[in-house]
Formats: sequence, structure tokens, C-alpha cells
Amino acid sequence: MLSLVVRRVVRLVVVLAGVSLVTFAILQVSGDPVALMMPEAPEADRAALRQSMGFNQPLPVQFARFVGNIVRGDFGQSFFHREPALPLVLARMPTTLLLTVLAMALSLLIALPLGVLSAVRRNSVFDHGATLAVFLGTSMPVFWTGIMLILLFAVQFRWLPVSGWESWGALVLPALTLTSASTPLLLRIVRSSMLEVVNLDYVRTARAKGVSEWLVIWHHALVNAALPLVTVAGLQFGLLLGGAIITETVFAVPGMGRLIVGAIRQLDFPIVQAGVFLIALMVVLVNFTVDLLYVYLNPQIRVR
Amino acid sequence: MSIGTLAPPIDVSAAPAAASSSRVWRKLARNPAALAGALILFCVIGAAVFANYVSPHEPARQSLIRRFTPPVWAQGGNAAYPLGTDQVGRDILSRIIHGARISLIVGIAAVVVSLLVGVTLGLLSGFLGGRVDTVITTVVDVTLSFPQLLLALAFVAALGPSLVTIIVVLGLTGWERYTRVVRAEVLALREKDFVEAARAMGAGPTRTLLRHLLPNTFSSIIVMSTLQVAQAILQEAALSFLGVGTGSAYPTWGHMISLGRDFVSVAWWLPTFPGLAILLTVLAINLVGDRLRDALDPRIG
Repeated sequence: MLSLVVRRVVRLVVVLAGVSLVTFAILQVSGDPVALMMPEAPEADRAALRQSMGFNQPLPVQFARFVGNIVRGDFGQSFFHREPALPLVLARMPTTLLLTVLAMALSLLIALPLGVLSAVRRNSVFDHGATLAVFLGTSMPVFWTGIMLILLFAVQFRWLPVSGWESWGALVLPALTLTSASTPLLLRIVRSSMLEVVNLDYVRTARAKGVSEWLVIWHHALVNAALPLVTVAGLQFGLLLGGAIITETVFAVPGMGRLIVGAIRQLDFPIVQAGVFLIALMVVLVNFTVDLLYVYLNPQIRVR
Repeated sequence: MSIGTLAPPIDVSAAPAAASSSRVWRKLARNPAALAGALILFCVIGAAVFANYVSPHEPARQSLIRRFTPPVWAQGGNAAYPLGTDQVGRDILSRIIHGARISLIVGIAAVVVSLLVGVTLGLLSGFLGGRVDTVITTVVDVTLSFPQLLLALAFVAALGPSLVTIIVVLGLTGWERYTRVVRAEVLALREKDFVEAARAMGAGPTRTLLRHLLPNTFSSIIVMSTLQVAQAILQEAALSFLGVGTGSAYPTWGHMISLGRDFVSVAWWLPTFPGLAILLTVLAINLVGDRLRDALDPRIG
């Protein structure tokens, strides 16, 4: 058990090293960062800056310094805001997390009952309807769903604001949009993992014992179907953060995603790097936690 | 992730399942949803190939008098512009027809890049094992740590938007699924009798890998690639929407929606129809891909 945790921690460190390498590469492939920092300066000034920032040192040396800076939380100055990049990104994180968590909760609220019902009444009209909805949901571009929701609820009915983040009402459409992106996959997984357990012996035994159908489904079956769901939660988190980037742009939500997209358009690489690294870090940490949780939840691994 | 494997062929020459292909087609044809999907796909491909002949107008031709013409069935519509015109009077239908080209080219080409990288790494990882396997698995883990869209967005912007950049970046950010599946299949197949027999008959590692292991992963590769094309089309649309598109003036669905978003309150048809085009195309591919999965190998997750 302990050695397993140690191995997981080692893998965490290795993966984070890889993540920093990829983040480092973003600036490297862009060509000449100094030209972006001082577009109008004469070549002599640029050369001086290149020298002082160490851009003409060998790549491994630059990478080592980059990692050292990351550890100290230093991603450099934003080219555009002329402030340290990391605090700018961190300040917008709560908004993105609020949106993400809200969408995750809504997705679970929708996907769990519908997925279970779909599995229990396999091949019923309801099941086919749910399958169709899953197909439609996975085939819709997130940003378009958002615009269609704006069209319907903000332009046509005028119930909700078109964009912004000033009132609680403004939260509804972005949250719904993100939910529409994450629910179909979740529903499909709930359904298939329920289908796998619903005909197993212990479920049949529980039924034979006279346990009520409600309890059989929600206690005996679902608890065991939950294991694959936990693993998926980690992947789902990355998906949601990716969706949040688009959703925030559609609705002008002042979160990390919008900041990063803006920075990408302005080629403001310190912010892009800080944002990309932070998001990857969150995904890695969530997956790490899920891994440990999985070990804890799954007795088969725990004993080994 | 449990990955099913095909039953290994009995003869040593490892013939891929050619005889059963007619059975696959029959299964595919029995499903009305898949049939509808195939029909839609056929139309989209036709539109893309013959865009110059089937589109009623030049996609770039502007006309300020005709700005914001609504679709033909709405009040003020014009039969010459069935889906209406945009903010500079360009015909939306023609732009959608031409946009199909970019979507399909990017979708298919990006998947080819992913396939080449992912399958090669998966074969090596599963077949060689040991240190190579550890390194490749770690690279997969690192790739999985980034939301694909975010990574693609950052690299397309850094490299400078162009059609080739989008294809390469989407290809290089979407390969890990192939590696995982192919690796798992090779691991399962490696110890099977027919591989053992081939080796005993003197087949070298390269021959074993390419003639005996690779063909047995084809059916899951075909299914994954089909579904991946749909994903790549959605990703390309998202990149175009976020402003790091092909970098040319040629219409793309994502860019049309992005422009239309600003006019959503005055001209609903601007963002609506390109989105419907994406939805229909991706849905069609997903329906066909799902049916292919059932027909070829019911055990792929």
C-alpha cells in the first residue's frame, strides 16, 4: 500500500516535469520572444535584452531556469499588463472554478438518475431517447450551444443577460452551456457501468432476498458502479476546464479561460504559460487524488 | 480501460478479417440511424468536393445592398439566398458549402497524423516493453494532463495560424488514445499462439510486429479513427471560433459562428446555420462510427 503511494508520488513528479517541458516549449516554438516584448526597439536593445534574459543560453540551461522559476511561482512579466503573470491568472481562478464546479454538480444531478434509469429500463423508449440525447450532445460544438442559449433566453425571451458576470442571473447560461458539454459523456458512462453490475450475482441475490427494487438499484448496484465513475471524474475535470475556456469566451465571463484566450490573441506568452501550467497542474492533482481514492475504494488493490 | 481483442486467426499467416467484411456492411445497413448518418456524410463530402459547382454564389462576394437578408422562409427572404446573407452580404449557404472543405480536410488529415504517431508508439510500447514502455506511458500521461483544446490553442498561436499548423497540432495533441488502445491490444496478443508460432518459424521482430500484430489491431483503429475525425472537426471549429483559425479568408464554420455571435440579436441566422452544419456532420460521423464499433468489435470501450 505504502509503496504504491510512493510510486504514485514519483509518477506525479515525473508527469509534472513533463508538463513544465511542454509549457516551456510553447514560448520556444513561437520564434523570437524578445521581438514580441519590444516590437519597436532597435536590434541592439533587443540583443541586450536577449542577453540579460538568458535567451541565448543553451536550451537545457534555459529549461532548468524555467523550472526553477516555476517552483518559485515566477512565470515572468505579462508583455501586455506589465505585471507578474501568475497573480493575474490566479485572481481569475475562483470564477473559473465556480463555473466548473457548478457544471460538474449539474451534470451529476442530470446524468446519475437518467443514466441509472436508462440502464434499468434498457431498450425502452426512454433509453433510446437518452441515447439520442447523448449523440446530439456530443456532436454539438460548445460555443454554438452557448450562442443558441443566448438566442433563446436572452434575445428571444429576455429572461437572462446576454453576457457578463455581474448578477447571479448571468451565471445561469454559462453554467448550462458547460453542463451540456459534460453531461452526455457522464450519462453514457453511468449507463454502461450500471449495465455491467445490474445483472451480477449479488444484485440478483439482493433481489431474491426481497430487498426492495429501489434499494437494489441505488444501494447495491450503484455503489459498485461508482468505481469507474470516480476514475472518469478526473478526466471529466480536464474536459470541463477545456470547455470553460470556450464558455467564458462566449459569455465574456472574467475567468482564467477568457484571460488565456485574450493572452493567446495578443501573444502574451507569460500569461499563456502560467495559465496552461496551472490548468495542467490542477488536472494532474485531481487525477492523483482520484488515483489514491481509487486505491482506497477498491479493496482488490488495497490488499496487494 | 479494458480493451477487447479480436480472436486471433488460426492460420499463421494472420489474415485480417477480410471474409467477414460483407457481414459488417450488412450489419451497418440494417441500422436506420447509421444509414441516415452515411447519407448525410455522403452529402457533406459531395458538397466539399464539388463546392465550386453546387454553391449558388461566390463565397467571398460581398453586396452591401443585400446585407442581413433573412432566410428564404422568413419575412423579407430572397430565394436566391436560401439561408440568408451575412453582415457584408455574402451568401451563407455558399459559405457553408465551402466551409465543409476545411472541416473535412482538417478532420481527416489531423487523424492521419494522430494515427501515425499513436499507432507507432503503441506498437513499440506494447511490443518492446521495459524502459521504452515506461517512457511512452509517461509521455501519454503528460499529454493527458492538458485539455487538448488548450494545448492546441497555445501551440497554434505560437507557431502562427495556418491550415498545416492546425492539422499538425491537432494531430500531435490527439494521438494518445491510439497508443493506449494499441499498446493494450499488443500486450494481450503478444503471448498468443499465432505470434509464438510466427516467431518459431523465424519471423523477425519487425515482421512479427507489422505482419502479425498490427493487422489484428485494425478494427479498433478504424473505429477510433472514425470517431476521432468527429472530434477533430469540433476542435478545428473551436480554434477558428477562438480566433486562431486557418489564418486565411477562406470560410470555416467556426469562424462564421464567431462573426455571427456579434450579430445574434439582429440576425439569428448568422451563427445558427454554420452551427447546424457542424452538428449534422459530426452527428453523422458519430452515428456511423458507433455502428462500426458494434459491427467490428463490440468490446471496445
